[in-house]
Amino acid sequence: MNRTRMTTIIRKEWAELYKNSLVLSTVVFMPLILTALPLVILWASGGFEGSVDVVVSELPPQMVQQCQGLSGAACNQIFIVSQFMLLFMMIPLIIPAAIAPYSIVGEKTQRSLEPLLASPITTTELLLAKNLAAVIPAILATWVSFGIFVVGARLLIHDTLAFNHLFAGRWLIAIFLLAPLLAILSVDLSIMVSSRSNDPRVAQQIASLLVLPVVFLLLGQMLGFLIFNNQVAILFSVVALGIDIVLTYVAVQVFDREAILTRWQ
Amino acid sequence: MAAMIHTDHLTRRFRTKDKTELVAVDNLTIDVQPGEIFGFLGPNGAGKTTTIRLLSCLIAPSSGTATVNGYTVGQQNQAIRQSVGILTETPGMYDRLSAATNLRIFARLYGVADADAQIARYLRLLGLWDRRDDEAGGFSKGMRQKLALARALLHEPPILFLDEPTAGLDPEAAHLVRDFIAELRQQGRTVFLCTHNLDEADRLCDRIAVFKTHLIAVDTPTNLRRKLFSRQVVFHLRAMAPQLVAAVKAHPFVDEVQAIDNKLVVRMHDPELHNPTLIRTLVDAGADIQFVGELRYSLEDVYLQLVQTPSLSA
Repeated sequence: MNRTRMTTIIRKEWAELYKNSLVLSTVVFMPLILTALPLVILWASGGFEGSVDVVVSELPPQMVQQCQGLSGAACNQIFIVSQFMLLFMMIPLIIPAAIAPYSIVGEKTQRSLEPLLASPITTTELLLAKNLAAVIPAILATWVSFGIFVVGARLLIHDTLAFNHLFAGRWLIAIFLLAPLLAILSVDLSIMVSSRSNDPRVAQQIASLLVLPVVFLLLGQMLGFLIFNNQVAILFSVVALGIDIVLTYVAVQVFDREAILTRWQ
Repeated sequence: MAAMIHTDHLTRRFRTKDKTELVAVDNLTIDVQPGEIFGFLGPNGAGKTTTIRLLSCLIAPSSGTATVNGYTVGQQNQAIRQSVGILTETPGMYDRLSAATNLRIFARLYGVADADAQIARYLRLLGLWDRRDDEAGGFSKGMRQKLALARALLHEPPILFLDEPTAGLDPEAAHLVRDFIAELRQQGRTVFLCTHNLDEADRLCDRIAVFKTHLIAVDTPTNLRRKLFSRQVVFHLRAMAPQLVAAVKAHPFVDEVQAIDNKLVVRMHDPELHNPTLIRTLVDAGADIQFVGELRYSLEDVYLQLVQTPSLSA
């Protein structure tokens, strides 16, 4: 694989992204909003100090197990903030779903695919470069958002034990393992949808349906059906990896030079 | 001399949505020589673009073989892609990026050594230097076409595939592009030119292939005319007289004579050989010859004859 060709395509994608205010605003503002939301909630609840008295027994039993050594108020706050931390899982799904359809459908509508495919770039290089061009901003946005949240939370949470509980292993698994896998999943799905669409908005809307499982997870956690612990984080990562492998295989088949030219219409 | 493009029974079939088989290119066998401008003419849907896609390794042949610049299609595709420049039917620019950025992307993809110098060279040559920082999306059709031509040439390919290079251009832009193509021949490049503009093909092409799924004819424009139509010489006379027609008709090499006003139109083979005899005959019969010329068939006549005559196009 030729790195120069791949970086050329990645830079080209980003140059086009920079000129597309609609997609750019999604990439910039959506993570900011999803980061601000849990911080505002944390701030509104006054950190973990001086909170109202909470009946810990009303929390889901799995949650109570995680709260050992903490006050009832701190445990309750961790529970509330944890719900919203799942929002960070939406970032790696939404950003590629915003970028990738424009990347593929844009090539189709501008009719720029044929000269591109006639160049010495291989199909694998092109697919990988387009993948990375959408995945890298998504992962960076997730990590930067999470970093901002960690710094903000540290300023708002004065109880070190509570802070450590909040950023336990499950979130590190989610942010550094599950998020990149979800970003790849989102790009692969976007490429497949885009191959059949001439309107990036259609592809975006279909790819955006990917956030539904996260929403269900959020609801399940809020209702106490599911607690996002280490086991669940690892299980989801394994499932996402499996789906990624299948979808990447399908995306490679869809992203065949000849199919692109003769069937992508 | 080895052909720059060689095809041997090159065939491409597609499966349509209703599961039937469509033959787009059928048993195409041609040779294109180095430095030649080779015109590839045919009606819409004849398979011209498919042929270009086959030869530039964008799609694979169903059967038959082809070599481009000595490399075999299907086996040495990367080498072929590096050897050819392609101007597609639609320029296909990145509209939000500047003209120079568009070219820089392709210069890097083709591994052009001194990319900035090459970009500057072609932007200047094609009159786009002053607009280099403008977004390609704001360019006129002619400017986009010129930019696409620059993109095709950046890596100095020995072979160029040009698909409708002057389609939709105003006369001035079309003239500039045509002059540029003629220059390419002087540089020794081989040009495979698909066009519907028959006058353009006539002026630019060394040889022409008429194609409608399969090859109908291939030759120089002059030879195609001669093969299809016997030549006609027009004698402009001061006055027409019946005995003049009879005198000309008496010659065995004359196929047909028509008197139209003060003109005698004589159909025959090899006018260069027989014209002096005919001129003497007419003068002896009392004709005052004002001038003599050959009635030229246009390439359009040739093309229509080839494409529309079932026995020829079958």
